[in-house]
Amino acid sequence: MEKLIYERPLIKKLVTGMPNKFGMKTVNEPISHIENISVKELLEKYGSPLYVISEKTIRKVFKTAKRAFETRYPKVQFAWSYKTNYLNSVCNVYHQEGSWAEVVSGFEYDKAIGNGVDGNHILFNGPDKSEADLTKAIKNGSYIHIDNFDELYTIVKLVDEIKEKPKLAIRVNMDTGIFPQWDRFGFNYENGEAWKALNQILMNEKLELVGLHCHIGTYIMKTDAYAVAASKLAELAVRIKNKFNKNIKYIDLGGGFASKNTLKGAYLPASDTVPSFDEYAEAISNALLTSELEPQHMPTLILETGRALIDDSAYLLGTVQAIKRLADGRRSMIIDVGVNLLFTAFWYEHTITPAQPFSQYTEDTVIYGPLCMNIDVIRENINFPLLKKGDNFVINRIGAYNMTQWLQFITLRPNIVMIDLEGKVHIVRERETNENITNSERLPMHLQKK
Amino acid sequence: MNINRNIAISDTGFVFDPSSGDSYSLNPVGTEIIQLLKKQKTIEEIQVEIVSKYEVDDVQLEKDIIDFILTLEQYNLIENNE
Ligand SMILES: Cc1ncc(COP(=O)(O)O)c(C=O)c1O
Repeated sequence: MEKLIYERPLIKKLVTGMPNKFGMKTVNEPISHIENISVKELLEKYGSPLYVISEKTIRKVFKTAKRAFETRYPKVQFAWSYKTNYLNSVCNVYHQEGSWAEVVSGFEYDKAIGNGVDGNHILFNGPDKSEADLTKAIKNGSYIHIDNFDELYTIVKLVDEIKEKPKLAIRVNMDTGIFPQWDRFGFNYENGEAWKALNQILMNEKLELVGLHCHIGTYIMKTDAYAVAASKLAELAVRIKNKFNKNIKYIDLGGGFASKNTLKGAYLPASDTVPSFDEYAEAISNALLTSELEPQHMPTLILETGRALIDDSAYLLGTVQAIKRLADGRRSMIIDVGVNLLFTAFWYEHTITPAQPFSQYTEDTVIYGPLCMNIDVIRENINFPLLKKGDNFVINRIGAYNMTQWLQFITLRPNIVMIDLEGKVHIVRERETNENITNSERLPMHLQKK
Repeated sequence: MNINRNIAISDTGFVFDPSSGDSYSLNPVGTEIIQLLKKQKTIEEIQVEIVSKYEVDDVQLEKDIIDFILTLEQYNLIENNE
């Protein structure tokens, strides 16, 4: 006789009429395969935990976003936001799809050049640009998005030495009706600082103003905010045209579209509440097309979308380490994925799905990572099926920020694989070894063991 | 160790404790174990019975049974007269 599937014994007190803070059961079906490849086999072959990236999904989501904008606005250019995920394999998929690079440090800039991106297809953002970085960017004809007056004066000084005309934009911050208003980056619109900076650039013959940039925040759920931002940048462009008879080449609205991950504390799942690319595109295109910009000189619309493009394209697979009971009776599950690998667990209520079949029975569970640190919590309260040690799970929608903001903390980082369009699996970043970490350490003579 | 005598257990995994008025739901393995406990079976007997029926090893099951009984105690469904 074939034996029945075992699930640990469970007894649950029935509480009527009381809202359960652990919420409703969140998953219904196991995720046993990713693009027809067995999760268990992936883990056996490449180790647990494991990041899995889908090239197919990257391209599919990108095409959806691109279509949403290109069907509404005549000139659109995406620039891949490196900080969101700067694995070379990921960046190159975006570059093949036609994306430029958006970088915020010398390190990212060099990575983009290393990936074969033309200097004049790199947007250089952020407050962290050294004189050496700026010199390189000017010589390569990259677009420099100025953050502050000190940076502007540095560029003016460098131009006298380099004798090349830099291509400049300024980052503008503004009130778009959302809170918090990001005012630490760029020049403010409302108090006239942005207009002042633009005048200084436009009156200096050694400088060329090519665009206007803003990035109003991240995970912005309101499409209206983008309409306000687009209108304000269009208004600056019109003023530039009126005063200097100059048509700027582009308006760059940055990133910030929400992905379908649910924020902590959100009442409804993000999949029900987050605007689609079409809705963002509609608000932005409408604002630009109905502005006072001259129809024959419409600037290119640049987008630096990060999380909304990549989040759905990656998974984190792992294994249950232990199940135990907390002093207050709650169930806890320890998994081999911690906040070191899933940094976004600090913001999101990630969906975690068992990789093997499970029944409808669930238990109020706290999910902890493996780090011996109190902060290492993956889900505080989740109504979760009954897994046991050795069972596997899949955390989906983890493509943004985790493979860049991760921490080499307590343990080493695992393999990352990419499934290509033919279903072939490639290691795109090898698991770290102790040597990777200790090779750059130096032990002073007197501390060495004799 | 005994399940409180007046507790009602249904085959469908529903438990009612008339002394507190609380009710509980059980999954299939939980239902079997509680029914075996009610029939005064020892833990060892229960283990043999479950292992013969379900895809589980002794070690895993033993851990789970100990934990399950702890929960029953917390809910005051068990009289521990040892
Ligand atoms: C200047 C700039 N552009 C684009 C992005 C990407 O943002 P998101 O991932 O929210 O789309 C960021 C992220 O912080 C940014 O700072």
